[in-house]
Amino acid sequence: MIHYYKANCHTQNLKLIREFVKVVLRDFALSDTEANQLVLAVDEVCTNIISHSAANNPHKTLEVSIIQEDDRIEFEIIDQYSEHFDPTGLLKVMPSLQHIVTERRKGGIGLMLVRNIMDEVEVDTGNAQNIWRLRKSFKQHIVHTA
Amino acid sequence: MQLYEKQDGKYWIIEVAGDVDASSAIHLDKAIEKALQANHTHILIDGTKLQYIASAGLGVFVSRIEEFNDNGVHFAIFGLSEKVKNVFQILGLDKLLHIVTDLQQAKNA
Repeated sequence: MIHYYKANCHTQNLKLIREFVKVVLRDFALSDTEANQLVLAVDEVCTNIISHSAANNPHKTLEVSIIQEDDRIEFEIIDQYSEHFDPTGLLKVMPSLQHIVTERRKGGIGLMLVRNIMDEVEVDTGNAQNIWRLRKSFKQHIVHTA
Repeated sequence: MQLYEKQDGKYWIIEVAGDVDASSAIHLDKAIEKALQANHTHILIDGTKLQYIASAGLGVFVSRIEEFNDNGVHFAIFGLSEKVKNVFQILGLDKLLHIVTDLQQAKNA
């Protein structure tokens, strides 16, 4: 099953995106903590797109698809306006937490969270769009209610 | 996100309710900045009603750790739900910040 949501690139819409993910995750027998981690991972990628790629331009859009399979979930997040932004470098070089503390930085830990939460994180770039794919497997407790 | 601030003896308590994300974290940062500008040396964050925190919210605290240490500011966070506390634990921020269960522990942290 695939669930789809499209939003304008404004940080005020992050709560709506989180609500969409939360509702879909009700089909999974996840604890509050597990579900919150997945919501957080999607939120962080969308925040990254809105702040960096779309530069907070609400006329631009992003799309979130949730692909629900038997033993795993995949989030596909499409950033349609990414001609000038290539996030692959951000995923390759992760700053250390100590470095962030010492430099008193407010940013830099969003993608660290995503990498820690998800089993796989990929970004396909090209054709004026970036496609993020975040995957997580659930070996034990998948439940379909649909 | 809503913020409520109050004085409790020598403690300046900032209650954070709702969601702290990229759209709202700036207000939390300003509240902490205001507390520091007012020379409060005992600052507590009441997270009892905090529903959600993203990296933008974590960054508010992480960016202040050195400043708290340099200025001898007593800083602690209390009342977090399990799912919110877990967000601090993912990267080990619970080892760098005083995160405790309740107000009394926060005062003694």
